Amino acid sequence: MILDGNCPNGLLHEKWDIRRHELKLVSPANRRKFKIIVVGTGLAGASAAATLGELGYNVEAFCYQDSARRAHSIAAQGGINAAKNYPNDGDSIYHLFYDTIKGGDFRSREANVYRLAMISNNIIDQCVAQGVPFARDYAGYLDNRSFGGSQVSRTFYARGQTGQQLLLGAYSALSRQVKAGTVKLYPRTEMLDIIVIDGEAKGIIVRDLVTGEIRGHSADSVCLCTGGYSNAFSLSSNAMGSNITATFRAYKKGAYFANPCYTQIHPTCIPASGDYQSKLTLMSESLRNDGRVWVPKKTGDKRPANDITEDERDYYLERKYPSYGNLAPRDISSRAAKEVCDEGRGVGPGGRGVYLDFADSIKRLGEDTIRQRYGNLFEMYERITGEDAYKQPMRIYPAPHYTMGGLWVDYNLESNIKGLFILGEANFSDHGANRLGASALMQGLADGYFVIPYTIADYLAKTKPGKVTITHPEFKKSLDETSSLMERLLSINGKKTVNEFHRELGKIMWDNVGMTRSEASLKKTLEEIPLIRQEFWKNVKVSGAGSELNQELEKACRVADFLEFAELMAWDALQRDESCGGHFRVEHQMPDGEAKRNDEEFCYVAAWEYKGIGKTPELHKEPLTFESIKLAVRSYK
Amino acid sequence: MMNIALLVWRQKNRADKGRFERYEAKDISHEMSFLEMLDVVNEGLIKDGKEPIAFDHDCREGICGMCSQVINGTPHGPAERTTVCQLHMRNFKDGDVIYIEPWRAKAFPVIKDLIVDRSALDRIIQAGGYISVHTGGVPDANAILISKPDADTAMDAAECIGCGACVAACPNGSAMLFTSAKVIHLANLPQGKIEAVRRVCMMTEAMQKEGFGACSNHYECQAACPKGIKVSFISALNREFVKAQFK
Ligand SMILES: Cc1cc2nc3c(=O)[nH]c(=O)nc-3n(C[C@H](O)[C@H](O)[C@H](O)COP(=O)(O)OP(=O)(O)OC[C@H]3O[C@@H](n4cnc5c(N)ncnc54)[C@H](O)[C@@H]3O)c2cc1C
Ligand code: FES
Repeated sequence: MILDGNCPNGLLHEKWDIRRHELKLVSPANRRKFKIIVVGTGLAGASAAATLGELGYNVEAFCYQDSARRAHSIAAQGGINAAKNYPNDGDSIYHLFYDTIKGGDFRSREANVYRLAMISNNIIDQCVAQGVPFARDYAGYLDNRSFGGSQVSRTFYARGQTGQQLLLGAYSALSRQVKAGTVKLYPRTEMLDIIVIDGEAKGIIVRDLVTGEIRGHSADSVCLCTGGYSNAFSLSSNAMGSNITATFRAYKKGAYFANPCYTQIHPTCIPASGDYQSKLTLMSESLRNDGRVWVPKKTGDKRPANDITEDERDYYLERKYPSYGNLAPRDISSRAAKEVCDEGRGVGPGGRGVYLDFADSIKRLGEDTIRQRYGNLFEMYERITGEDAYKQPMRIYPAPHYTMGGLWVDYNLESNIKGLFILGEANFSDHGANRLGASALMQGLADGYFVIPYTIADYLAKTKPGKVTITHPEFKKSLDETSSLMERLLSINGKKTVNEFHRELGKIMWDNVGMTRSEASLKKTLEEIPLIRQEFWKNVKVSGAGSELNQELEKACRVADFLEFAELMAWDALQRDESCGGHFRVEHQMPDGEAKRNDEEFCYVAAWEYKGIGKTPELHKEPLTFESIKLAVRSYK
Repeated sequence: MMNIALLVWRQKNRADKGRFERYEAKDISHEMSFLEMLDVVNEGLIKDGKEPIAFDHDCREGICGMCSQVINGTPHGPAERTTVCQLHMRNFKDGDVIYIEPWRAKAFPVIKDLIVDRSALDRIIQAGGYISVHTGGVPDANAILISKPDADTAMDAAECIGCGACVAACPNGSAMLFTSAKVIHLANLPQGKIEAVRRVCMMTEAMQKEGFGACSNHYECQAACPKGIKVSFISALNREFVKAQFK
């Protein structure tokens, strides 16, 4: 089937206006009759729930952490983009739009990306009004910095804790609505299924993580804002609990999953130190503004960094990409790091690391300036590694970080299931095959504050409030299925822990569906995953009971879904027989090793329809048409 | 590699009385984080058919505020300005005996083992820890000028991760450091000043209602805070509060 993104007609810069004019409204008096479920309280979910609450809708918001403020968005460090052009360095909405499309290797929807760039400015205004303490200069104006993949300074930041401050802003707006009585919060509650009735989303099934109670919540519309799936790789920069469950269960109920193979590997994470490693810690990419990346020229050079002289070092990013240098986009920087390590020039334990060196910047700007800019990151680095990065270079290595793929949505952020909206990292819409730094925060807040309030109204205006209650048989059916799934997990009583299975899956994914992929590696993955999955369902050990707080059971549910979902990632990667952005098929590269796209055959969104466990999913294509820009080779040389 | 003995607080649920149980953590690497050490212990417990130790954690980067353990009597353990998830085993040595307990405070009932209910902190914020702005209809971001020192102080206060270590450290179980951080973050900004009086009254009232104790200047909170939030914010809150009484 050919999918339609439902983009408005008209000129690029008029599309969002045209759409807003077309969308129906719900009158203030009617809004409180509509109940909206928002799953997730990260930037996307918190901003959506707060704004919908303000408008007078009756909102229920869910998260698995003990407080809405702890969603994974809190960990974003570097910053948020906007086309304010405050520094007067040549930026514009069109520039931000173009950089994002180009950064995504021309695999995203033009109209969505343009809207995102337009809205970016409203976001900064909104956040400042909420009291987000962005960095400022001595005159009291907002400060900006530059980020990977762009030649202008358009990134707003709050020290190294931008995500935290933006999320706390959204959380404060949300808290205000809780007090106003428009939003009811359900923390420590995990969504395990979605209720679809006659093709429309009308509720969810959740598990109360404290009591273990499994129950249904009905609603007139459901928004999933549940983040990304980097934890399919087991080790990633995501929070331990980040999972695919919510969107995957929606997929199993008929929602299309788009571009699952588009994953982003972040170039600047702290390398793993042993088998017990539970997660990888990101060092903000902003460090690349002042740090220089290098490895020794000689292979197997084990001398301490400071003993290696200037002419014995290879500043490979500066050498290969002179105009962007250390700020080359993420996928390019990551692959370049893998390449030099594969050549045997990596540094640190196991040789899986490259240096990020601040010596020159410290010489130029002084240690104080560097401390002011990155003090907290240097501290974090020292805590984890025991090394002082003011004195010796940091060691970094790429790690899974962000997932561009997600549930398929149209221009209104609505999935193919009516009334089911997907926001933030959980959808696929704006970043194509690779996301530029500082644009995920922008997208999450754009979706939540400024898009969903308009588009959800249009859906609601065409329905009757309270059409479905939890007495509907679909709820009973799904409750039974969910309960028996829990019982099954608890009754296997095998020999291997959930973590062991997760690590096993992660290793296969990292080795075969990671920074580089090939037909052979993907076919191998498709053979191996079902075996692990089979073993999981025979040999996993989940201790405790279902009727209590049980973290092993929580993990088991999530890993069970990853074990199915990982196969979809591999399917998609195999089917996309080209290289683009973060999806690098070794068969398709330029003579200089850059990703080689195939626009003739693959300029489309791959949206997959579930056909059963282990069965080949069905592919639907949404062709990408570019009205305003010309497809070009994405060159950062 | 080192071997360590753990004495961990185990409590089945809110009603259970709870007790310390001893576990041996063997072959622990100095490079491990404290929580990775607990992961290893838990894997062992599961394989032995025992219940693993329940503890809160998520980001493991020191920013979400989820992790919450009292280690040898100190919230978040021995390293300064470090959450337990960022604490590494190089802070310990072979043969150490480590006591691990949950946050202990009247306002934080234990849910299970090391996990407590901190929703009272959310309710303090709900009482008024925000600027009452609607989405949309706000001025251009650079229309609100904020002096760098004010912005920096606001940011110092806003860095609070809401973990509750300050409460756990306080002999009175007071949430003054937490509350003052939010009050001062917003009171330092021109856009936050407008509601400052109302905010400080509502938030302190909520704090008392939730069963947090009063502040009697022990300042254990500052020492325990993983983000270095200063007790000077508490005095600043008190000044805001006094101002409010005269309005
Ligand atoms: C370390 C790190 C640094 C980053 N730095 C930057 C940066 O500088 N700039 C930038 O633009 N982007 C950055 N990113 C990316 C960005 O932070 C994320 O993409 C973005 O915050 C995702 O927001 P979200 O609202 O979509 O989801 P999240 O913040 O991940 O929130 C997901 C929410 O869903 C809930 N949830 C999930 N599953 C369930 C379920 N089954 N049931 C109930 N609730 C559920 C969770 O509880 C949570 O509330 C960074 C990411 C990482 C990992
Ligand atoms: S787990 Fe997030 S702060 Fe420790």
